[in-house]
Parts: sequence; structure tokens; C-alpha cells
Amino acid sequence: MDEAVIVGVAEEPLTKGVFAIPASPLQAQARVAKAALAKAGLTLADVDGLCTANLWGLPGAGILPTITLSEYLGIIPTFHDGTNFGGAAFEAHVAHAALALERKQADVILIVYGSAQKSERSRNLGGRPANLTFQFETPWGLPTPAGGYALAAMRHMHEFGTRREDLAEIAVAARQWAALNPRATQRGPLSIDDVLNAPPVCDPLGVLDCCLVTDGAGAVVMTRASHAKALGVRPVYVRGYGQAATHWTIATAPDLTRLLPAEISSKRAMDMAGVGHDAIDLVQLYDSFTITTLMTLEALGFCQRGEGRAFVGGGRLAPGGEFPINTSGGGLSYCHPGMLGIFLLIEAVRQLLGDVEPDRQVNDVSTVLVHGTGGTLSSGATCILSVN
Amino acid sequence: MNTANLKPAPSIDPDSAPYWDALNAGRLIIKSCVDCGKAHFYPRELCPHCHSDNLSWIEASGRGVIYSFTVCRRSAGPAFADEVPYVVALIDLPEGPRMMSRITGDPSDVAIGRQVDVRFERQSEELVLPFFEMLEEQR
Repeated sequence: MDEAVIVGVAEEPLTKGVFAIPASPLQAQARVAKAALAKAGLTLADVDGLCTANLWGLPGAGILPTITLSEYLGIIPTFHDGTNFGGAAFEAHVAHAALALERKQADVILIVYGSAQKSERSRNLGGRPANLTFQFETPWGLPTPAGGYALAAMRHMHEFGTRREDLAEIAVAARQWAALNPRATQRGPLSIDDVLNAPPVCDPLGVLDCCLVTDGAGAVVMTRASHAKALGVRPVYVRGYGQAATHWTIATAPDLTRLLPAEISSKRAMDMAGVGHDAIDLVQLYDSFTITTLMTLEALGFCQRGEGRAFVGGGRLAPGGEFPINTSGGGLSYCHPGMLGIFLLIEAVRQLLGDVEPDRQVNDVSTVLVHGTGGTLSSGATCILSVN
Repeated sequence: MNTANLKPAPSIDPDSAPYWDALNAGRLIIKSCVDCGKAHFYPRELCPHCHSDNLSWIEASGRGVIYSFTVCRRSAGPAFADEVPYVVALIDLPEGPRMMSRITGDPSDVAIGRQVDVRFERQSEELVLPFFEMLEEQR
């Protein structure tokens, strides 16, 4: 089979969390689209498939995002995917793009995301409008999405003895990776005590347990292996994928201490790729909050349920640690423009191709597991990417 | 400043009207499946457990146990800013379902596993919300 591959990635530079060159969400996406295509010697004229998930332009032009984007970019894609189940959507786009490419329903697919949420000051803790399913939750005033993750963290502490110090280890490791990444927004020193003493948001989570609020834009370009060869580009293969979602209102989560979407999607992805945990050289996972990282590591099966506390302790996730993850600094310290999923893919591809700063490069990376989480522990999508 | 009128009120629809109407009359009702016997929250057209449409409304006891909670030190927008800190919790009802609510009383007394009882709080002529209050700790 002529396999689906990733041939180019790009992101828009930030300064203090905002676009270094001011941009609307559409402008920023146009820049990263062009840059990611150029990495593979392609142009927008080659693109016949477009995938995006968005928070921009709502209500308004963003309601039909693939149409607005294709209009703005001046392309007529014959494959559209606007799947949006939160920040994990981009890992699902890779799966859908792979299916389309391998069935020859498209030849060059652009996956793109952009947000100017920090520049626009459009982000707050207010809940969703109190209609349909949210009429039973929004009236209570739970800050969104931090409150839902706080409910999970509180229960995890109750069931398993997880401590705030354990969660703080995750924030500190992320910051240490960010310190090595010139693109990262927060690069200053950070201690466990800093995290514990940060202003509280929703107990037990403080502000340094929460991801950043930044601008950001990123793009991923996919085609088939034969095309990559003709272009003279080293490909990253998509070997497995999976997705699942269980709830959005937090009261209907099947079990608040078990990240079921990640269990389901990662099992499907690893089975499809025919790999076990030993074959995974590096993990990039969605760290919306410190508790998200802990619960995701448990759900992906790298440790047992309830053992995340020991797994993340002693700097194991940090540079030089035994289990490096989120080598960009993640949503906690690198960037978080409303959705992080595409940036996990970008970092995975760079690590696989040896295209990061030498002190940030993890040794002998040939297979990476990328896992996105969306909503409020709601959805999960996993990709297994490989250069073998 | 009185911000009560800024708070997001539920958009009541045909699916949810019996629930909100009952609250307005001082009753907490939930939907239960005649076929599989399991209750659920929030109310739906089909049972989320077995997908039967053979459902009925039952009266909840009003009792519950705190499954999890968070003390909100920052509010969900300006409408709730006057109330910080406040406790939002997930309550397990003895009938089976789990629902979101607020716990009244001192936030420092709230704990997972504590027994609570519903306390109807009128917000407006049209709206009563089912808060919960902690029962005295059993010795």
C-alpha cells in the first residue's frame, strides 16, 4: 500500500504569547499553511484536502470553517473535514486524512489551526450558554474548563492519595522543557513551591496547574509515501490511530478518575500499528492541566490506574528524566491557543526528523505516540507516528 | 451590585420542562427507565443505558452523597464574582444518577463522601435551583 505520510509542519512565532507579527486567525493560518507546504516543495495549488477545527469566528464566518478557509486561501478542496471534538480534533484529522489519501480520495491534505485568543482577549472562565445539555450545569457557575478538571483532580486525590506536589512535578517538568525551546512562551525557572503557592483557581488547581492562554497557529501537510519520495522529502508514517468520546457535561463522565476516551483510542491506535508500550520512544500528550497529564499517562497504560503519582515523581518527565514527554514545554509552558492538538503533532514530527535544538532532542526516537484530549476530559484521539 | 439577573438561566425546552416545572413547585424529579429499571440525569428522550423510550418521571428522595467538589476561588465570569469562594459539587443520588449542584455552608467543611440534602433556592419567579446542604456528620 502507498502509505499516508506527513511531509511538512510549521507554526507561527509568538512573542510573549501573542503573534510576533500581528494577525487575524485567517492570516496566521495562511502563513503557516504556506510555510508547511514549502517544507515539502508544495504550494497551495497542490492542496485538494482541507482539515480544520476552530474557535474563531463564532458565531459568524467560523461556523463553516473549511469553507471560509478555502475561500480565504483561494483553493477548492474536494475533501473537507471539520471534525471538532475539542483540542484532540487534529489527531482525528490525521486519521481521516490517512483514510482519504490511502483510498486516493485526495493527494495533498492540509491540516491547519489558528487562534488569536490572547490578542483578542476573547478567553474567560464563563461557561457555555445554558442550553440543551448545558442548562443543567452552566447555571451553577463552574469555571470552564478548569472547574471540571478540578473535580477530577479532587476525586483522584481522594481515591489514590495523589497530592498537589505530584501534580506540580508535571508543571515543573513542562517548564524545564520550555526553557530549552526558544519558541516557548514561559521559559523562566519554576519550582514545586512556586506551583503550590500560585494563586488558586478551583481547588485543588492553582493557576500554574493550568495551561497558558496564548495565540498560536500551526499546520501539518500530508500526502502518500510515493509522492514524498518524488518530492525528495523524508516522510513520517502514520501507522495507527483511534478516537473516542464519552461526555461533555462533567456530571455524565462515566468515571472521573479514569480517562476512558484515552484508554479506548490508544488501544485502537496501538493495535492498528502492531506496537506495544515498549516500542514507543516518546509521548506527546495534551496537558491542558497538570491532572490531565497524570490521568492520560495512566489511561495510555504507561502506568497503572492510581500509580501516576509515583510515575511522574522525581523529575522523570523532565529533560534527562527516564520518561520524557511534551518536549516542547506543552500547553503548560510552550503555548495554548485554545486547542493544542496540532502542536503535539508538530513537535512529534520534529523529534522524529531530528529537527529540534540539540539539547531538546530525545535520543533514538523512531516511534512517537501522540494523544489529544478535548472538551472536559471528554474526547481522545491517538496517532502512532514513525520514521521506520 | 445585584448581579443575579446576569446569571445564565437555563433555556428550558420540551425535554426539560417537566424537571424545571417540578423544581418550581418544590419537587426534585428524575427520569427512570421502565424497561431496565435505571434512572438517569439529565432527563432524555431515550434511556442512555438501554436506549428504551419507555421512561417515567420518579420523585427523588432529595438525599445525596458528595462524589467530588471544587472550591471556586475564581468565578465563571462576572455574574458569579460576588459569590467567590463557592463550592460546586457532583452529587450521587441514591436513585443512581449523578448531578451537578452547589453545596451551601462553609466551604472548609465540604468533603467527598459527606451526606447532603436538597435545598430549593428560588432564583426568580420562573426558576428554582436544587442546591444541596450538608447533613450533620454521623458519629
